[in-house]
Amino acid sequence: MDFIFQTWAWYVSGFLIGVIMLSLIYFGKTFGMSSNLRSLCSMAGLGKRVGFFDFDWKAQRWNLVVVLGAMLGGFVAVHFMADASNVSINPKTIEQLAQLGIDAPNGKLMPDALFGSQIFESPKHIILLLIGGILIGFGSRYAGGCTSGHAISGLSNLQIPSLKAVIGFFIGGLIMAHFLLPLIF
Amino acid sequence: MKVLKYLLVGFVFGVVLTKSEAVSWYRIYEMFQFQSFHMYGIIMVAILTGVIGIQIIKRKNIKDIDGAPIEIQDKEKGSARYWIGGLFFGLGWALVGSCPGPIFILLGAGFWSVGIVLLGALVGTFIYGLFQNKLPH
Repeated sequence: MDFIFQTWAWYVSGFLIGVIMLSLIYFGKTFGMSSNLRSLCSMAGLGKRVGFFDFDWKAQRWNLVVVLGAMLGGFVAVHFMADASNVSINPKTIEQLAQLGIDAPNGKLMPDALFGSQIFESPKHIILLLIGGILIGFGSRYAGGCTSGHAISGLSNLQIPSLKAVIGFFIGGLIMAHFLLPLIF
Repeated sequence: MKVLKYLLVGFVFGVVLTKSEAVSWYRIYEMFQFQSFHMYGIIMVAILTGVIGIQIIKRKNIKDIDGAPIEIQDKEKGSARYWIGGLFFGLGWALVGSCPGPIFILLGAGFWSVGIVLLGALVGTFIYGLFQNKLPH
């Protein structure tokens, strides 16, 4: 039973993610998380002001249920399936992060420097997380999908548009990780 | 049962993404620094499983759970939206280390600061909705 608490191997995790996508196809749906953001905007009544949100979000309720399940899954995995050995990233990465003033994982999923409760008192950190969110929300809707919709669903169906989007994801990610993050921290 | 199956799929998704640490800011940073194979392995095996599964569905004309034929829609043709939208998304992904799925998963797990990221993602989605007709696609 030890394996439940340890970091799950990439081949097990990747396979299960593929199976999750295929299950949704079998249910007559598609695997895509970012479209829920549009549903949430529509639920908030934004459809009256902006045509893009004027659609039948109730037909997408199934996907909001997937989200609810994912939140429960995250809760159970973090509170009942965690171990101090988790998130054992490359020691070189830890060294690099230390130079940026970002704490080592030591079993935690998220660095305190960016996500600890003290950030609520720091306008700089709040703005950083807000900007990151805006980039994700805007970019995924503009590109018509995120990691689940393009990288997993789209590439599994051999879609060239998804390949373009995924290359875009990585160019953006590399620019941020190599050039912008060192400037920010 | 109709609703329950979506809850179950979501639950497994949340557990797998957490236990594989794909929701971790550290893992995303490490991936973009090319200092680990872990994330690349996850993405590649997921796609490989998906490609094989979809080919089986297409070749054997497998029906969905309600007995209807499975039709997987092609993505719209185009370039600008995928390159530019993708670039914006990638910048955000590497900054906060989570994409839309993990945002919800982390929030469920009790990382409250990720709520700020969710708020931003909703604002970003709204901004796209506002300017949709003015952007090149």
